[in-house]
Amino acid sequence: MSDAPTPSREAAMPAPAARRVSRAASLEFLSRAGELWTLAILIVLIAIFGILSPDFFSRASWLATSQFAVEYLLLGLGETFVIVTGGIDLSVGAILGFSGMVGAMVMRAMIYRHVATDLDLIAGIASALTAGTFVGWLNGQAITRLRLTPFVVTLGMLSMCTGGIYLLNNGGNVGTIPDIVGTLGSFAIGGWLPVTVLVTAVFAVLSALLLAETRFGLRTYAIGSNPQGAARAGIDVRKHLVKIYMLSGFLAAVAGLMVMARFASASVQAGANDELDAITAVVIGGTSLFGGRGTVLGTVIGSFVITVMVTGLILIGVQPFWQQVAVGAILIFAVAMDQLRDRLLDAF
Amino acid sequence: MPADAISRAVSPLQAKPVLEVVGVAKSYGHIRALEGVTLDIHAGEVVGLVGDNGAGKSTLVNIIAGAIRPSAGTLRIEGREVAFASALDARTAGIEAVYQDLALALDLDIWANIFLGRETLRPGLLGRLGWLDKRAMQRRAAEELGRTAIRVGSIRTRCRALSGGQRQAVAVARGLIWGSRLLLLDEPTAALGVEQQAKVGKLIEAVRARGIPVILVSHNMPQVHDLCDRIVVLFQGRKIADRPASDMTIADIIACITGAGITGTREMHA
Repeated sequence: MSDAPTPSREAAMPAPAARRVSRAASLEFLSRAGELWTLAILIVLIAIFGILSPDFFSRASWLATSQFAVEYLLLGLGETFVIVTGGIDLSVGAILGFSGMVGAMVMRAMIYRHVATDLDLIAGIASALTAGTFVGWLNGQAITRLRLTPFVVTLGMLSMCTGGIYLLNNGGNVGTIPDIVGTLGSFAIGGWLPVTVLVTAVFAVLSALLLAETRFGLRTYAIGSNPQGAARAGIDVRKHLVKIYMLSGFLAAVAGLMVMARFASASVQAGANDELDAITAVVIGGTSLFGGRGTVLGTVIGSFVITVMVTGLILIGVQPFWQQVAVGAILIFAVAMDQLRDRLLDAF
Repeated sequence: MPADAISRAVSPLQAKPVLEVVGVAKSYGHIRALEGVTLDIHAGEVVGLVGDNGAGKSTLVNIIAGAIRPSAGTLRIEGREVAFASALDARTAGIEAVYQDLALALDLDIWANIFLGRETLRPGLLGRLGWLDKRAMQRRAAEELGRTAIRVGSIRTRCRALSGGQRQAVAVARGLIWGSRLLLLDEPTAALGVEQQAKVGKLIEAVRARGIPVILVSHNMPQVHDLCDRIVVLFQGRKIADRPASDMTIADIIACITGAGITGTREMHA
């Protein structure tokens, strides 16, 4: 069999085993190091802003930054799962606004009918979460049944939900919601930990565990890495993808509730264009747009890179619009790094 | 069925065949991909399945692997008739297929690829929540890979960082761990260099040593001739030869494949 006629590389080069192992080890490091440099960028940003503005390490600055991060992070969590499968969800910002509006209108209707306060809060939360999860289910069904690309389906859903937000209340905001919502939204435990940040942190930890430690997470990576291979391994890819988009919709609805709590009302503008920041946070965090690779921790860091820059630039007196310029540049750099890494790994 | 068994007593092993393919046919509209193929596979046997492109090799392999349902005929495993509705059914029955394109998820670690779709969960409540028992899977994967002749370094290496031969080793190891009854290898060395082909050859020997039969589909005649105990040739959807490899030269095999050897060949089945 050694005289096999297969055209192959230079006949049997005696590759020293030791060298091969060390090369594999360095490639292995390369394939894992992707998430680290985002953390380095975040630390550098914090150091620069800290030096330029002593106020940067104040409580007010932390509260502003962390509450700002809540919105992008919650959307980014769901988006991480979606992008790891090799998909994209452009509808998360619209789902945020839509489910927030649904929840607020349910609360308002119950307040007008003098239903007990605890009940209107619970019913509002439940209907917002149901609305978001349902829209995610629709996304998943359209993608898997109609065999459309996630880009097209969620772009369509973005448009439909945005229209829906205005149609629901004739383009008006809803401010008649239980007082407790606004109270919780502006309350910070011990003065430092806003309730919305705590809720977001809990979801971030749960998401990190779900992606890294469970069968669901492992299969999410597998589908993004090789969908046919995953199917051959006995995974119901279609069902799994529907669950992924439902999760994304659910987390967008949670974000909708957090935004509603922060402003003590549901705005027709809530969530508009948020999907771009969420996707940016995910990609900056080292998640590959080609699927198969990414971590929740990376997304957390990516969200803070985006939000630290906004508060930091305001504090040092630079026009905050520079944040968008800088974030865009970091995004392009992140994707370039990702592709370079892949090329190096495949050139084995 | 007893008469059937007697007629097949040519086999070196007297035990019941692990797999019996009886009169299996598959047609797609007017095209007959496979016609009345009958084949026995015994424990510890490496059977080479060869034929030209379109001779029906892939169809037969896919039927045995449960990926395609035959139009006619039956499969028996250890004498018991089976009807696979999906590849999952075949795998549950202990039949594993390793495909040419490997089907590995390159972004996953070696252990995760080996256990994908059949993950070990923690006991108790965590397990019910879908919590993976990574340690148990890594331990078992390391054990199983240790039994094969190929070294792939750490079990926690991502498959993307592996060479072609190492990836093949992972795919075969996955087949080995789960294929308790039969291993199907579809062109396992087509994409590999000479050195790596030799390693896959060693793996096949290791599988045989465990008593698990292997069906090897390959275009590489010297390899088939070296590794296989028996060679089955398909020609235009029919089985035209089924003989011990020691009875055939490489030239004989090629003659059968091209159809030139049909008249001169004594066939072993009715």
